[in-house]
Amino acid sequence: MLSRTADNLFWLARYVERAENTARILDAANRLAAMPIAYAGESNEWESAVAATGTLGLFKSLGKEATGESVVDFLAFSADNPSSIRSCLERARVNARTVRTALTTEMWEAINGAWLGLRDFNRLGDRVRLNAFLTYVKEASLRFDGSAYRTMLRNDAYFFSGLGSFIERADNTARILDVKYHLLLPEQESVGGGLDFFQWSSILRSVSANTAYHWVYRESVKPWLVADLLVLNEQLPRSLSACYGRICEFLDELSLAYGRQGPAQRVARSTRNRLQNATLEDVFQGGLHEFLTEFIGENSRLGQAITDQYLA
Amino acid sequence: MVVAFDEMGSSGDSCRPGYEVLKRWLESTPPDLLTTRRAEAELLFRRIGITFNVYGDEAGEERLIPFDIIPRILTKKEWSVLARGLEQRVKALNAFLADIYSKGEILRAGLVPDDLIYRNPYYRPEMAGLKLAHDIYVMIAGIDIVRVDPDTFYVLEDNARTPSGVSYMLENREVMMRLFPDLFAEQRIAPVENYPDALLATLKSVAPRSASSDPTVALLTPGPYNSAFYEHSFLADKLGIELVEGRDLLVRDNVVYMRTTEGPKRVDVLYRRLDDDFLDPLTFRPDSALGVPGLMSAYRAGNITLSNAVGTGVADDKAVYSYMPEIVRFYLGEEPLLQNVPTWRCREPDALKYVLDHLPEMVVKEVAGSGGYGMLIGPTADKKTIAEFAAKLAANPDDFIAQPTLALSTSPTFVDSGVAPRHVDLRPFVLTGGDKVRIVPGGLTRVALKAGSLVVNSSQGGGTKDTWVLDA
Repeated sequence: MLSRTADNLFWLARYVERAENTARILDAANRLAAMPIAYAGESNEWESAVAATGTLGLFKSLGKEATGESVVDFLAFSADNPSSIRSCLERARVNARTVRTALTTEMWEAINGAWLGLRDFNRLGDRVRLNAFLTYVKEASLRFDGSAYRTMLRNDAYFFSGLGSFIERADNTARILDVKYHLLLPEQESVGGGLDFFQWSSILRSVSANTAYHWVYRESVKPWLVADLLVLNEQLPRSLSACYGRICEFLDELSLAYGRQGPAQRVARSTRNRLQNATLEDVFQGGLHEFLTEFIGENSRLGQAITDQYLA
Repeated sequence: MVVAFDEMGSSGDSCRPGYEVLKRWLESTPPDLLTTRRAEAELLFRRIGITFNVYGDEAGEERLIPFDIIPRILTKKEWSVLARGLEQRVKALNAFLADIYSKGEILRAGLVPDDLIYRNPYYRPEMAGLKLAHDIYVMIAGIDIVRVDPDTFYVLEDNARTPSGVSYMLENREVMMRLFPDLFAEQRIAPVENYPDALLATLKSVAPRSASSDPTVALLTPGPYNSAFYEHSFLADKLGIELVEGRDLLVRDNVVYMRTTEGPKRVDVLYRRLDDDFLDPLTFRPDSALGVPGLMSAYRAGNITLSNAVGTGVADDKAVYSYMPEIVRFYLGEEPLLQNVPTWRCREPDALKYVLDHLPEMVVKEVAGSGGYGMLIGPTADKKTIAEFAAKLAANPDDFIAQPTLALSTSPTFVDSGVAPRHVDLRPFVLTGGDKVRIVPGGLTRVALKAGSLVVNSSQGGGTKDTWVLDA
């Protein structure tokens, strides 16, 4: 397929995924911010929401104060923020329109419909509307994923869009965990207070793993188990390990279809091996923050390797 | 003004052949249902994303072309007359182009003036003496037809460059079949869905001789900001070919390749929807960022077929149009089956005088214009507009032709006030391949939605209808 088409598909999937992640982060922040301080703690939930999307620098450079209103506007609607939900859905739609021929009708309708529906949510006055909007975004992303899964030919177009989804997802999971962990655990000792429960639940909620946690561990929410779930657990679709499982699959399919391997396959496999061989102890020994920072770097190197190998 | 011929039949009980089922249905259908169906149709179009961009209109970046849910009907007999005429006309156009870019016999015979060709902005000296595969220049033609009475169809315009609109023909039918399955069950309507197939076969049939037995075809678009981008992506999809932009292509050793995830891949035929001017910055406009450097040298080396060929614009010039009857006779030795609208060439002094004297009754068009821009419609223009136009005309008579204002036929159309007659035209698409000519029955019917208006262009408030050719 055309390199430009593959590039568009890759980014289309990333934008949709990013929109959904941002919606989940906002959802979690919104719940936490609504709780009494005695339960939620005094940290600024809204600022950490911005940090979790990797746009804190931009937010601050715009001279903004992190309040519920400013953050909702910045993350959901702002044209100044290229990663706002609106910007993501708009760019996804531009990409989709350019590569209409590589999408199935269902996928196009999912994206185009999501974009058309944005008009109904220009600005938000109240929390009920915010909830409706976040649900809307999550559903749009599910519809996109679902239609891709159910209607696309399993050829390179599918693999490139899948790579986009999972690279973006891995990046988001790592960032959410990093920001929250950093914020919540200045020192190891403070772990375990009743206060944390809601904070940790909120992390799980932002990656839609609240129920999953209880099924897997069958005990109350513990920070290191949350990290285990989000980093190493292969069963959780948003864990780093699971994302890299899929990423390697898609890259293998591509090398099979094209008859050759390249740097992208090697980079992905080495990251996957590291995740597979790591234990929770290893991760914490070197520091979770260091581990995640390195992971985010490797993940973005993989994105670059894919671009160089296929999309340029 | 003359009362226009209505294709369903004038008011009362009379009904023209072909329209019986539709008329009965219209009479028995409450207006509410039509309103509901129209809303459904609009929703369908919007969901599929069939939009067009209007140049110079910032607010409406993407708009829907209004769609009228009442079909326009032609009988099999009417269509067969048209089809034969269309095939003849396009054959003559191709022969004419092959001639003016080689020996120029028609010019030497004195039938068409030299300067009309050689000084024409669409004449491409680069094409002179170039031998094209199969001698075909216009693989895809859109011939605009108007009708004034039961037996008279006129050709209004030949579109020999990059005619658009075929996606509407196809989507209109899809939507109609979804909304009105009963009407399709009651009568035999010739299908149009084989158009993409016919187009692909046509494009493959004109591949360069050096191409493999299964040539690679791609569609070259100016990109998503072009007004017809939807159509480009729609067609590429239906044909199963890559939709490429200039930057996706490269030329190496006079061979054209596209950049793919597996490395460069050779392209044999380009269905290009990009104007000549922008094709190759090395040959034409140096500032073109949409084109492919070196494309013309690959073309001259015979390693790629461009469809349509470069330089076909000279054949759809409106001044050249006025010579079409002579052109048909000269190359085919036949009488033209389809008539031209009587046309005054303002470049001729007698004609100019007549036109200036009769401006309020005439339609005056720029010879190189399209899209309904830059024309004067005498009967609906005010005195000031006419006076201004007269000055323009007198200053540059070569740039204009004039025609009588025709009473275009009308077809029943669902408008705010109910079902009412509105003027229509028809653009059938004629495909000329190395093997044969293919014409899908029907075409795109455009309708002027404003009462009394004769302008059907989508850029100026026109809409479209599904066109039914009855196959019985």
